Amino acid sequence: MIKVENLTKRYAGQTAIRDLSFEVGQGEIMGFLGPNGAGKTTTMRILAGFMPATSGRASIAGFDVFEQSLQARSRLGYMPENVPLYNDMRVTEYLDYRAALKGVPHRRNAERVGDVKELCGLRDVERKLIGALSKGYRQRVGLADALLSEPDLLILDEPTIGLDPNQIRQVRELIKNLGKQHTILLSTHILPEVEMTCSRVIIIHKGQIEACDTPENLLSQIRQAGGVVVEAKTGNDDGVEELKKISGIRDVTVKDDAGWRVFSLRVESGLDVRPEVFKLAAARRWTLRELSQRRATLEDVFVEITHSDQIGLD
Amino acid sequence: MRKFHALLLREVRGYFHSPIAYIVLVFFLLVSGVDFYFQVSFMNQRPASYTVQEAFFNSVFFWFAFVLIFPLITMRLFAEEFKLGTIEPLMTAPVRDLQVVLAKFFGALVFYIVLWIPTLLYFAIFQKITHQPAANSTGAYWGSYLMLLLLGMFYLAIGCLASVVTKNQIVAAVISFCTITLLFFLGLVQFILLDVSSGMREALGYFSAIEHMGTYSRGIIDTRPMVWYLSMTAFVLTLTYQAFQSRKWRL
Repeated sequence: MIKVENLTKRYAGQTAIRDLSFEVGQGEIMGFLGPNGAGKTTTMRILAGFMPATSGRASIAGFDVFEQSLQARSRLGYMPENVPLYNDMRVTEYLDYRAALKGVPHRRNAERVGDVKELCGLRDVERKLIGALSKGYRQRVGLADALLSEPDLLILDEPTIGLDPNQIRQVRELIKNLGKQHTILLSTHILPEVEMTCSRVIIIHKGQIEACDTPENLLSQIRQAGGVVVEAKTGNDDGVEELKKISGIRDVTVKDDAGWRVFSLRVESGLDVRPEVFKLAAARRWTLRELSQRRATLEDVFVEITHSDQIGLD
Repeated sequence: MRKFHALLLREVRGYFHSPIAYIVLVFFLLVSGVDFYFQVSFMNQRPASYTVQEAFFNSVFFWFAFVLIFPLITMRLFAEEFKLGTIEPLMTAPVRDLQVVLAKFFGALVFYIVLWIPTLLYFAIFQKITHQPAANSTGAYWGSYLMLLLLGMFYLAIGCLASVVTKNQIVAAVISFCTITLLFFLGLVQFILLDVSSGMREALGYFSAIEHMGTYSRGIIDTRPMVWYLSMTAFVLTLTYQAFQSRKWRL
């Protein structure tokens, strides 16, 4: 559905994205991750035909986004970052206008506008001025707009930014459902979001792709995968020396917590060392109060890949 | 065509959704009403060799209001879209750049025409009350309103161009106001500099909105200004189209 080859975009004096290549297949939900300024919005804008790339090619459903821009754009629903809208229009009026722009057939106009209002929960505010809507509703208007022409492909630039937890959950459900019929490329900072909704993930950093895989594969690849936390009273033992002898444990750090020793173990991926730790504790007569495996999250992957310049997450 | 229609409708509605439209309407009716009142009272005092209609379209009041309305009408057209970022959803919809430029131009033109419609009433009321014709012939009406349309198209096109090069509405208004005023006074130069060569005077005469309005409001429909204004409008709109397309490379 999306094909990107060696895409590069240079602004005056700086390179926003460098030599990006990736593909998104029909029916995939692709998550697009990266720190602020990594080039996510730039890539999405190029795909949406809003600006041309400096070099390289990108196509949507086989149509080049620059050479055959109109055909590419008519197969696409794009929701820009921060959802710019005309504040002087009413919700229904705006959606009617957008449906006409997107070439929704006249006789289907009312039906489509009604459908997207239903889907995005805009019924309550359909007669309100867009300028009077809250951030959450504006976001939904943007999403409704993207869905109007029943496009094959949805490109959503941070669809959940600025929403409250309930709204985020609603939007997540909506995206999951949409993923059954549409191909979706979405960018977000909320990583659990991606784990829950996306079938594949691209992590982009300083304009380059650092990783592109399923969330599961990414998780199994990272070094920090499979951390184990042990809290115990070790008596006269130091604990660290003994734990390090267990095969598969790469590193042990320790801190004290009111008489308890709290060990963090870094373990080779794919191994479960908890039974070994328990046996050791039993043999050495340690009093164990916690023995748990910490599941690595995409956040760990993200931090590991992009931590080099210590950019925090939003 | 449906897309163009939707774009045009949005532009026209945009005017009537904003307070600027009503401010311009009120200001304009006020000035043109005062203009009409003064012309009629002047003509009441002494015999005149011109008609009320001619006087109305050739007075200082008229020109003052005339050059001022264009920046007000056109400043928001593109600049506002750039400022609010609404250009992004607009241009990622499957619409052509040319459709957008033309829709904005014709949207402004529709508002401009709406602005002039009430002035027709002045002449109707004048005739009803005085039982005197306000103009020598219907051709004079056609001529003056045709010239309004031609001048309007040219100056609105200039306003479009000014609005497309900036995202600041005030800057757009200042650029178009200065350009239009400059063009307007260029046409006056031929009356001030008597010693300039005749070729130069003739060339400057093309810019003379006052002279064109003078002839047209007498009902003399000369095709030269018509060709001039139509081709200048097309030329400036082409520039606007090019400037609008160049946004992609300036980002």
